[in-house]
Amino acid sequence: MPNLDAAFSALADPTRRAILARLALGEATVMELVEPFDLTQPAISRHLKVLEGAGLILRRVEGTKRPCRLAPAAVAEIDQWLAMLRRALESNYDRLDGVLAAMKPEQ
Amino acid sequence: MSKLTLTTEGDRHIVVTRRFAAPPEAVYRAHTEPKLLQTWLLGPEGWTMPVCISEPRPGGKIRYEWTDGKGGGFHLTGEYLELEPFSRIVHVARMHLPDPTPDNHVETRFAADGSGTLMAMRMTLPDAETRAAMLASGMERGMEASYARLDSMG
Repeated sequence: MPNLDAAFSALADPTRRAILARLALGEATVMELVEPFDLTQPAISRHLKVLEGAGLILRRVEGTKRPCRLAPAAVAEIDQWLAMLRRALESNYDRLDGVLAAMKPEQ
Repeated sequence: MSKLTLTTEGDRHIVVTRRFAAPPEAVYRAHTEPKLLQTWLLGPEGWTMPVCISEPRPGGKIRYEWTDGKGGGFHLTGEYLELEPFSRIVHVARMHLPDPTPDNHVETRFAADGSGTLMAMRMTLPDAETRAAMLASGMERGMEASYARLDSMG
């Protein structure tokens, strides 16, 4: 489980959200992240350290590289958000069913 | 049964479909007339929409204000871009939490389906970063809802 306080402060930064969005598409090395973000390697590494500390990404060792990927817990949070959106829409549309049924006699 | 489907497309789109047991004209009106919107577009149990401005014409304003009746609330502003009564609505909207979220571009289609209507709503976000930001803010609201549920169990 990610540390929630750390996760929220990690997510407060737009660059780190963009890095997460990039990692949502698949694993990436620091060098692969440096290019699209137009930041220095140390700057990207600092952001990755924050994300890793918050439990949002995982890193593995591959020779001299340490590729990063989205942590399953972060993916689960996104799925949970979609599930929440679904529940909100479902309760709205269930109410709308009632509204539409009541409109019928007037037509 | 009118089941809702919700799917993501690429990293910029969310597509929602739902069937309603009423003709497209009624469903379209329920999506554009303030008096009707205020009866159903409410989100969680206990929330109301005391302010609803909807001017269904190109360039027309949208403003929805929600409250939980306990001092909590937020609002949404937007503009209508295109309207084809009673089959299609295109609008942009943003939430104010209180800082505005990036614009969400929404196309909603209403197609006759037997005696009912098949609605398809496609949300397009400006880029992957925006969707990540929405997901991030959604996570926080999700956490709040979870905490609220925990509170009510205590």
